[in-house]
Amino acid sequence: MMNNIIKNMRINRLVRINLVGFYTIIRREIKRVVRIWIQTILPPAITMTLYFIIFGSLIGSRIGDMSGVPYTTFIAPGLIMMSIITNSFGNVVSSFFSGKLHRHLEEMLVSPMEITTIVFGFVSGGLFRGILVSLVVTIVALFFTELKITYPLITVSTIILTSVTFSLAGLLNAIFAKNFDEISIIPTFVLAPLTYLGGVFFSISLLSPFWQSVAQFNPILYMVNAFRYGMLGISDIPILKAYTIIILALVFLFSLVIFLLKRGTGVRN
Amino acid sequence: MEALIIKDLYKTYSNGKYVLKGVDLAVPEGDFFALLGPNGAGKTTIINIITSLTYKTDGSIKVFGHDFDLQANLAKSFIGIVPQEFNINMFETCSNILINQAGYYGITRKEAIIRTEKYLKSVKLWDRKDDIARTLSGGMKRRLMIARALVHEPRLLILDEPTAGVDIEIRRSMWNLLREINDIGMTIILTTHYLEEAESLCRNIAIIDEGKIIENDSISNIVKKLSQQSFIFNLSNSCNKRPNIENFKVSMKSENEIEVRVSSHQNLNDVFQEFSKQGIEISSMRAKSNRLEELFISYVDAKRNDDE
Ligand SMILES: Nc1ncnc2c1ncn2[C@@H]1O[C@H](COP(=O)(O)OP(=O)(O)O)[C@@H](O)[C@H]1O
Ligand SMILES: [Mg+2]
Repeated sequence: MMNNIIKNMRINRLVRINLVGFYTIIRREIKRVVRIWIQTILPPAITMTLYFIIFGSLIGSRIGDMSGVPYTTFIAPGLIMMSIITNSFGNVVSSFFSGKLHRHLEEMLVSPMEITTIVFGFVSGGLFRGILVSLVVTIVALFFTELKITYPLITVSTIILTSVTFSLAGLLNAIFAKNFDEISIIPTFVLAPLTYLGGVFFSISLLSPFWQSVAQFNPILYMVNAFRYGMLGISDIPILKAYTIIILALVFLFSLVIFLLKRGTGVRN
Repeated sequence: MEALIIKDLYKTYSNGKYVLKGVDLAVPEGDFFALLGPNGAGKTTIINIITSLTYKTDGSIKVFGHDFDLQANLAKSFIGIVPQEFNINMFETCSNILINQAGYYGITRKEAIIRTEKYLKSVKLWDRKDDIARTLSGGMKRRLMIARALVHEPRLLILDEPTAGVDIEIRRSMWNLLREINDIGMTIILTTHYLEEAESLCRNIAIIDEGKIIENDSISNIVKKLSQQSFIFNLSNSCNKRPNIENFKVSMKSENEIEVRVSSHQNLNDVFQEFSKQGIEISSMRAKSNRLEELFISYVDAKRNDDE
């Protein structure tokens, strides 16, 4: 009896630590994004404005329609997705890595918070920036084209799933990174090519059958198409397949990140 | 109740370095405990294992009865740590550093703000609360880390070389603060390689060398065991030949400095008499400052005698 009461008190203590801890990390991460908005929010707004001017207005008007919609309209969901991917990834990779490099990550590692709480906290930061940037880029897009939201639930859920997946990918990169070079290698050599080939600028039906089947291995393809389906109602990929793949990628990355951090990879001796 | 029990702790780093070789320690609640040892002895490794920054290879650790293998997070919730190296976010303000830290230990923001004021004041950094950590001096950063370790009011405070590189005046005020904290019942463990620091602050002490505890006793007993001490004599006139004093180990440090090792059963008067007999004039004398080194010499000597 007494033992049970003591046990419950302990559990409450640990639950409280993780709840308050989670809130503390989210708050800290959001403040960070807002404080350095010149690095976090402004760049995607500028890049996307340039994309819309060049690919949308200048070149797009000569391309005509793609998948039955004007080219500018076609690329808008892809560009929003692209900003979500780079910004969610970039947010977590730089926040976690700088904590590792300057050692203040230790504050959290020595605390009684669960690893899962720490991961949720960082991912929430990435999600916050992903959503914020998607709103900013959508506003930019509205200056160049009309956008509608055909399936709101699909639109919102793909934003969240994609942002979480790439926040986890950023965390994975930060876990292994030993210096600043190693946090720019992945975005440049993996993320950028996958994004450009992931159907942001074209429908993969334009590709030869061989390259179409190669493209199926690119997870970003599914995210871009699911999102485009949510907004415009068009997709190269069956929507259920897209969701399955996105969720598998998310679960895989989450399990891998938790496994590595529990083992201490990159953060403990 | 023991604040900390370490049993048979081993650590081999991934590079094969064999650093801890079966460490046993017990620190009672309320104690002020020193872990003393030369650089590279394994002090930080032990501390890092207690705070989970380093994984042990073997052994067990209990903090207030909670085993690290079973209830690591519960055990960690009782500990406050001031690490050897700065690990603060240099771009964060002092008050945010404390408020966040409190949050990681489950203290709500409202309460954290109150405690932040209390502990920043206790380390005399309240007037710097809105400054980012980067703008603080080294000694201030160290005090900020102490306040950070206190903000969740741990039952066990661990400080890894808290006064390394801190000037005398700040060291004194830090010592006073630690005494006050210990007086209200917080258990404190600190590592140091100055015997003086351990002597003036702590009740109990363990001496570690090459990953093994070679002595674990009260400070007063240890100091008694400090069987020999070296003295440096400054000569009025330079001397070019090492004087011989029967039963004493004498060496020339320079032309006008002589070092003499004196055991506890020997008498300094004999040394003075011998000097005046040999016409050597002493202008001043001091005890050799690094007594830790001497302590080790006496341990090594004792061991050698045992081996013979
Ligand atoms: N991460 C590490 N990898 C390999 N060897 C290490 C590591 N950290 C410390 N050591 C070695 O372990 C020994 C003990 O170090 P440490 O615990 O820092 O000693 P102390 O704190 O007593 O000065 C040293 O020889 C040091 O070089
Ligand atoms: Mg050390």
